[in-house]
Amino acid sequence: MIERIRAVALTQIYVMMLRIRLFEERLVYLYPAQEIKTPVHLSIGQEAIAAGVCQNLTKSDYVFTNHRCHGHCLAKGMSMSAMMAELYGKNTGCCKGKGGSMHLSDPQLGILATSAIVGANLPIAVGAALSLKLRERKNISVVFFGDGAVDQGVFFESLNFAALKKLPVLFVCENNFYATNSLQKARQPLDNIFKRAEIFGIKGWRCAGNDAQEVYDLAKRLIQKLRANSSGPHLLECRTYRWKAHVGPDCDFQSGCRPKPELDAWISNCPIKKLEIFLIKTGLLTQDKIRKIRQRINREIMRAEFLAKKSRFPSAGELTTDVYWKE
Amino acid sequence: MPWTKLAVDSASKRFLDSKKNLCGRVLSYREALREAHYQALKRDARVFIMGQGVDDPAGVFGSTLGLHQEFCARVFDTPIAENGLTGFAVGAALAGMRPILVHMRMDFLLLTFDQIINHASKLCYMSGGRIHVPLVIRAIIGRGWGSAAQHSQALQALFMHIPGIKVVLPASAYDAKGLLLSSIADDNPVIFIEHRWLYDIQDSVPANEYLVPIGKGLIKRGGKDITVVAISLMVNEALIAATKLKQNGIEAEVIDLRSLRPLDQEIIVNSVKKTGRLIIADLGWRTAGAAQIILGNIHHKIRRYLKAGVEIVALPDTPTPSSAYLEKIFYPGAADIIRAAKRIYVRTKH
Repeated sequence: MIERIRAVALTQIYVMMLRIRLFEERLVYLYPAQEIKTPVHLSIGQEAIAAGVCQNLTKSDYVFTNHRCHGHCLAKGMSMSAMMAELYGKNTGCCKGKGGSMHLSDPQLGILATSAIVGANLPIAVGAALSLKLRERKNISVVFFGDGAVDQGVFFESLNFAALKKLPVLFVCENNFYATNSLQKARQPLDNIFKRAEIFGIKGWRCAGNDAQEVYDLAKRLIQKLRANSSGPHLLECRTYRWKAHVGPDCDFQSGCRPKPELDAWISNCPIKKLEIFLIKTGLLTQDKIRKIRQRINREIMRAEFLAKKSRFPSAGELTTDVYWKE
Repeated sequence: MPWTKLAVDSASKRFLDSKKNLCGRVLSYREALREAHYQALKRDARVFIMGQGVDDPAGVFGSTLGLHQEFCARVFDTPIAENGLTGFAVGAALAGMRPILVHMRMDFLLLTFDQIINHASKLCYMSGGRIHVPLVIRAIIGRGWGSAAQHSQALQALFMHIPGIKVVLPASAYDAKGLLLSSIADDNPVIFIEHRWLYDIQDSVPANEYLVPIGKGLIKRGGKDITVVAISLMVNEALIAATKLKQNGIEAEVIDLRSLRPLDQEIIVNSVKKTGRLIIADLGWRTAGAAQIILGNIHHKIRRYLKAGVEIVALPDTPTPSSAYLEKIFYPGAADIIRAAKRIYVRTKH
């Protein structure tokens, strides 16, 4: 029998994955209307990592994400309305229309900054963890990045410093094997991202990024360790795959970016289907419940869309505000 | 907020150019910096200092000397990873701290452009004003003894170009302390530029904490005939030049800008209204340098008062040479300011 806390967590992860999936599928539908004028980097196919890791976080923990940030932000508690309005460039967006899809943030939710410069969010996450340590807090800092970020110098600079100062950081690499269209094996001599932790004397882990249970369980263990003592950071490599193109709502196999059989194999390894089958088998969900969950999520999306379209654009005067902080 | 309690000290408007004016408590520039750090660490538990050598026996030319002994958790050495470090500082600032990041050579800031320009300067705007980055980046400009092309660069113009950051360059010990405290108190990223040759200059420096406002210039010497706008070490050169010009019957007004972004346009415009002549003396290269940027910003406001074209005193467009002989030719000084003044007088419409 599955224990109760775990059952609740897995059900919540399932709902969160479905929210991310349906939200982004709606973006695919809406995008051609050209009312969303911001480059969208969709995480369809990668939802288990955002949902599985963030299930273990509280509001006061920090999350730093990248250009492919919709899933992480939803999983950390951002409302669909604040996100959708931001994509539409409206003043009700989480950044008042000044950030767009690649820079979603909400300090109240611990989403302090989202960077579209590959790898640049790693040292920022480490700095936030340094603050936690100096202020003697029990919270942690989590940073999501792709296999492309591992190519960057700051990846090593960040692991080095976080290990040196024993900072409470969870480095989560979403290895989807492509940086834009460049294959991991064209950029890195070895397929061993998780092992790169060892050279700094810290632990690296690898898991199946499309298996929400595996992500959740491992992240839970690592986060508990991070909270319990100051033994230093952990690196978690989650292997996954994005179904859509690097940017935009389309698939990219038609343009020859990736082989179709490779994509098909990963689609048949869908993280949501996988957990759904498990939850039905264990009796935690039924087809009827799933139908109701989907209906609820679709209503949430429609409402977000309605509010975003109805909201006003920022006023012309707002072009020049917020360049500097004024108390 | 402990910082807002500090009132802006009107004494910052005082005349500080002459050693004869030294009264009361006298500190060197380096001692003034150290004192500002000490008082900031003492006042505010969110302040911390990191950078290569901040806790070593030299203490960044004395400016952080011994601070780690009292504040060991908040004054620490770092790996040699400038871009990463700047990111750590940005992250810590976002998460409630007030970091001071120290570079003994400004040249190494070039490794940190991603974190400064893509992040520190933009995060407030990109978040719709919901987050901010209270960060001080100290950058020391080297000069002489064959420092050569990578240990001598004065790169202030690069930062002047970037919205969202502030750029300050104190030229006196008094301003070094007051501007450093203001920079730490500021809720935005500040590039704090120090010239190594200023470290031994002495000045009256009050023992109490005081703030010198960012974005306000200072008239270091009054004059009715010609305005010399200068920054950092060039302020001293301008004052020397002014003394010599006086012997020729020319009264130069010397303005220490102290900040480049925001720029105190008003102080320049008001002076030029009176003198009708303007020299801008910078530490950097001529092309697209601070002097040209300043002139570009104010030209439309001063054009009608000018009796002759504006002169710029700046570095020739070459990297810094190592040879002592070439260095001497490379760096402009008081003599160049005097020559520029003479050229203006030759051209002045009568």
